[in-house]
Amino acid sequence: MGKPRLAVWKFASCDGCQLSLLDCEDELLAVAGAVEIAYFPEASSDMQPGPYDVSLVEGSITTAHDAERIREIRRQSGAVITIGACATAGGIQALRNFADVEEFTRAVYATPSFISTLDTSTPIADHIRVDFELRGCPINKHQLLETINAFINRRRPNIPAHSVCVECKRRGTVCVTVARGAACLGPVTHAGCGALCPSYDRGCFGCYGPKELANTESLAAWARDKLGVADKDIQRLHHNFNAWSEPFRSEGDRHG
Amino acid sequence: MGPKRDASAFILPVARLDELFAALRSRGYACVGPTVRDAAIVYGDIEHSADLPRGWTDDHAPGSYRIKRRSDNAYFGYVVGPHAWKKYLFTPERRLWQLQRAGAKWERTDPPVEVQKYAFIGVRACEIAALQIQDRIFTGGQFVEPNYAATRREVFVVSVNCTQSASTCFCVSMDTGPEVRGGSDLTLTEILQPEHCFVVRADSERGDEVLASLDLDCARSEHSHAAAVGVDHARRQSRRLETAGLKDLLRRNSESPQWQDIASRCLSCANCTLACPTCFCSSVEDVSDLSGDHAERWQRWDSCFNPDFSYMHGGEVRRTTAARYRQWMTHKLSTWFDQFGSSGCVGCGRCISWCPVGIDITEEARKMREAEGVQS
Ligand code: SF4
Ligand code: SF4
Ligand code: SF4
Repeated sequence: MGKPRLAVWKFASCDGCQLSLLDCEDELLAVAGAVEIAYFPEASSDMQPGPYDVSLVEGSITTAHDAERIREIRRQSGAVITIGACATAGGIQALRNFADVEEFTRAVYATPSFISTLDTSTPIADHIRVDFELRGCPINKHQLLETINAFINRRRPNIPAHSVCVECKRRGTVCVTVARGAACLGPVTHAGCGALCPSYDRGCFGCYGPKELANTESLAAWARDKLGVADKDIQRLHHNFNAWSEPFRSEGDRHG
Repeated sequence: MGPKRDASAFILPVARLDELFAALRSRGYACVGPTVRDAAIVYGDIEHSADLPRGWTDDHAPGSYRIKRRSDNAYFGYVVGPHAWKKYLFTPERRLWQLQRAGAKWERTDPPVEVQKYAFIGVRACEIAALQIQDRIFTGGQFVEPNYAATRREVFVVSVNCTQSASTCFCVSMDTGPEVRGGSDLTLTEILQPEHCFVVRADSERGDEVLASLDLDCARSEHSHAAAVGVDHARRQSRRLETAGLKDLLRRNSESPQWQDIASRCLSCANCTLACPTCFCSSVEDVSDLSGDHAERWQRWDSCFNPDFSYMHGGEVRRTTAARYRQWMTHKLSTWFDQFGSSGCVGCGRCISWCPVGIDITEEARKMREAEGVQS
């Protein structure tokens, strides 16, 4: 049996998550040793045809053409793993879902009629069946390696679904909400970053999206009533990289 | 020795505090204790008395903690911070073993049991109670946790009697403080009158030996009196947890609608359990490298509020926040007695202060009792 064939695809995104793979400098050789990188235009012009065992998909669906393209990728792939907030939640560009896209195109482009785009930016899982979603804006490279590794070795990825708070407590970071009164999305956000922002005295921005049982209503009420955070700031916090993910979406809608 | 002298209590002048640390260091102990970092009083390395939170205190309320300056230069004029001593004994993450493929076989290496000799500086009475609870958990049963046991055996406890309480403290209800009663090597009480100094007692042979080496003067009755007044002051606590019948109250109320009410506020974030000095749960995780030739098993702090924690074949046992909070509170205050012969709560108040939405275990217990009274 040959090595598993890996493909890396890009949709509407900034390339940051794919770069995480290239950023795995030390481990990249091991990855190349364990899989055949068959399709990865960001890294190599040698693009081989499918089928592929594992497809990593970055980016969201924002055009009719992309909505078709992702179906073809699904057909050609054994496992589809979406990586990053764009692919798993629609990304920052899903802010268009709350506004009038035509108005944006008129404001930004000299010839808006050249722009052919959907009204929405949506996650890949809205369009096809996805085998695993790796969260983050951007993703954590160690988690990416772990995910690839788990798929190759046919085991469940060790990607914990608990809150960011657990990462704070394990590393001994003092809670910025309790000790400084900072608004922090950590208690409702999926872990993965290692609680980076609180370790720099900042509240969590929710880059990894809502965790399971995310009680945003209780946290937002506390931020507003006890910490004195303005409604529009609470909305901004939720309507960020994962704005289109429930319950961030409706929590943001409730404040504003 | 005159009648006005307390033969077992000695006076450590503030100016000689560093001699205590030097004495401990010369006996091979690494001193760890309270220090100001990141807007809090946390536990870290202590080289000199200057590392201690001299002149600082802490204000607590549900979901809120602030340090602020005191009007005096007390070294231990705060209560408890976000850290617990468990981080030194039951470490947040640890590699249990590793496997390396060697031809057709696997070779396993266990990391050696690492023994760091710690002197814990400034341990509070409730924290000693918490250490004793964890001792029973990790070393009292059939299966002994070797790293915990080896490190714990060597710990030199320099405890401090509390002379003030925070609004979140309820050690009096739990009968764990504010005065240290056993489990300590040296016990200090910081007093500001008649002069700023520490009244010191030795509570073990090790403590005796260190104390003798310092060659301190005996305490006078004014010192002992000032120490007793301080501890009495700490006894006045506004927060109470009614413990009479509490174990059965929770047992009876497993289906109380109160759990849903708590779940509407609780974030299932796990902060309470990770801040708690008695919570002891961990999970193990197996990782392999890409080649599949190297594997490791890691142990990490886990919590009954985490989704995977109750995962069994077919899914999670506790899928709702109501079920998770119920598990936590019922374990702490009720089933802990059946499992370990004591309450799982020592009344330190950490879960109250460090809950990001200020959920208060004493208040929830009170409401549970009240709701039952209304029903019957
Ligand atoms: S800083 Fe934020 S993420 Fe960390 S424990 Fe506090 S609320 Fe949770
Ligand atoms: S349950 Fe709360 S008050 Fe009781 S020991 Fe744990 S953290 Fe302290
Ligand atoms: S009680 Fe508070 S700290 Fe504990 S899980 Fe619920 S919200 Fe988090």
